[in-house]
Amino acid sequence: MTRKAAPSRAQFEERLFGVLRRLVIAFLAVITLLPFYYMLLLSVKPIDALLLDPGSLWISAKDFTLSTYHDVLRSTDDGGQGFVKFLLNSALVSLGTVALTLLAAVPGAYAVSRLKFFGHRQVSALFLAVYLFPATLLAVPLFVIFARMGLSSSLVGLAIVYVAQTVPVSIYMLKNYLVTIPYSIEEAAALDGCSRLQTVRKVILPLALPSLMATGLYIFMIAWNEFLFALLFLAADPDKWTVSLGLAQLSNGIEVPKTVLMAGSVVLTIPVVVLFFAAERLLTEGLTSGADKS
Amino acid sequence: MTTAPAGAPQRRATGPRSTAGPASRTSRPMTASRRANRAGLAFVSPTFVVVLVVVVLPILWTVLLAFQKAKLVDIQGMGLFGHWSLDNFAQVFDSAGFWSSLTTTLLYTAGGTLGSVALGLVAALALRKPFRGRGLLRAAMLLPYVAPVVAVAFVWEVALSPQYGVVNDWGRRLFGWDHPIAFLSTREYSVHLLGVHVDVPLALLTVIAFECWRYFPFAFLFILARLQAVPHTLEEAAKVDGATPTQRFRHILLPQLMPVIALLCVLRFIMTFNKFDDVYLLTGGGAGTDVAAVRVYDFLTARYDVGAAAAQALVLAASLMLLLGLYFKFFGNKVQEES
Repeated sequence: MTRKAAPSRAQFEERLFGVLRRLVIAFLAVITLLPFYYMLLLSVKPIDALLLDPGSLWISAKDFTLSTYHDVLRSTDDGGQGFVKFLLNSALVSLGTVALTLLAAVPGAYAVSRLKFFGHRQVSALFLAVYLFPATLLAVPLFVIFARMGLSSSLVGLAIVYVAQTVPVSIYMLKNYLVTIPYSIEEAAALDGCSRLQTVRKVILPLALPSLMATGLYIFMIAWNEFLFALLFLAADPDKWTVSLGLAQLSNGIEVPKTVLMAGSVVLTIPVVVLFFAAERLLTEGLTSGADKS
Repeated sequence: MTTAPAGAPQRRATGPRSTAGPASRTSRPMTASRRANRAGLAFVSPTFVVVLVVVVLPILWTVLLAFQKAKLVDIQGMGLFGHWSLDNFAQVFDSAGFWSSLTTTLLYTAGGTLGSVALGLVAALALRKPFRGRGLLRAAMLLPYVAPVVAVAFVWEVALSPQYGVVNDWGRRLFGWDHPIAFLSTREYSVHLLGVHVDVPLALLTVIAFECWRYFPFAFLFILARLQAVPHTLEEAAKVDGATPTQRFRHILLPQLMPVIALLCVLRFIMTFNKFDDVYLLTGGGAGTDVAAVRVYDFLTARYDVGAAAAQALVLAASLMLLLGLYFKFFGNKVQEES
């Protein structure tokens, strides 16, 4: 009997955790998918249907409507909420941020990974230290400076702030990839007479393309989702609102129906999620590369 | 090995171009290390300038502003060094909400950090072995993290609403709640459980739950990556020796995961401590959720009191540094191992 007792505890635990594992998986699926399903569901419902039966997780064919999307996308002159304009602003700021950040981060990452220059150790530490400082600490002086320079309520000013916020993590991600490119390739290029800049442009950049894309996507996501600085700089000027800011400002009021704003949330979420699924592999590897080194 | 063929055509392509190069170059040769030094500095400078102008200088100015009387209207005509005073700090420390706000911030940060890392760990363990639809679920689980905060906060707000929210409706149907619960605007919710009366800070707990939900994917990603690098042989050996799953986790997996867990805790702690958007969007800082970051924003935009806002932000940053300093003093070696 005693010999049987020991394996039975292992068996019991084995079975228990087998069941628990399934429960956890189901739980995780529910908590991650349900909110997004709910978002999608409410966005195609008329507001009366929501108020009548708030608990319903289905939609009947007769209730189904796309007028919420019409409402939210139409310009304000036509009585809509003008989200097309917001989308355009967001796209401009985000793409501008991606371009500028990569332009600054690629040489930076290359230098940090390859070149022994004066202070090359301190530089990467300095860049990472940027994250120690709260955005609110930056918000105060930037708010004042931008107000003074007339850059508040300008998309360019916002993009500059985003660049500063994303450059350090971009350098970190790119650096992790660049160190995996063998140095001998570069030496071969140098022997063939490539200058340093040519080497970067013609040898390193093509090889680092996957990492460049992952980094670019990550920057895009940060810029697209950002809220605090958009709120601080642009709140006064509805023409310049980004989608995030527009949605937040409108959801404070009561005059716009919630289902219309839900359509706005879907519009805000879709670009990021589509991009993310298109490149999920790239992105998760880019983010965590280096995490599995012990 | 695989990169060699990729490099070869590059070499050929750059060949003819580079022959034209040396003629225009300076005739004075530099040593390789000096060239590397110069190129390195040149390559880093754009980043350095941006970070200096938009991060370092503003922070220094915050420090100056914190010690000055500065309202937004005065600042237009003010020089860099105005009227020195410690009024801002006096105001920050004396004001009614300061200490309670700091406590709230700490509770929020600790809850959000531990919750998201724990949930991430559980998720990583559950998704460790392959099953049908694992890839799909793995991707879906990152949704809360990648989706825009404004959109997900709005979904939570609607779902938790006492008037038209799905949660209260289901609560009424399934658990027989008498009154709808206003999750995001109830400071203290009285719970009667087995004759014991407890006041629960409901809004704060809801905000913490949101934080856990939104950031567990981050922890999940990192822990899963580390988990897949753990050699299987160790666990198999333990299994053969009759170790139960809990024992295998406690004595084999956990020690290997500890460094990454510690690193995650530090990262999440820093980020949650400074978090503004989530709380601002969900509750606006009301109902006992007035975290320090939201207070800074209020000082800045409601009263246009730049000096007080700067002082508050500075106190916030200093407390974070202090906490981190304490942490590294006691547990520093674990994090260093990982990074």
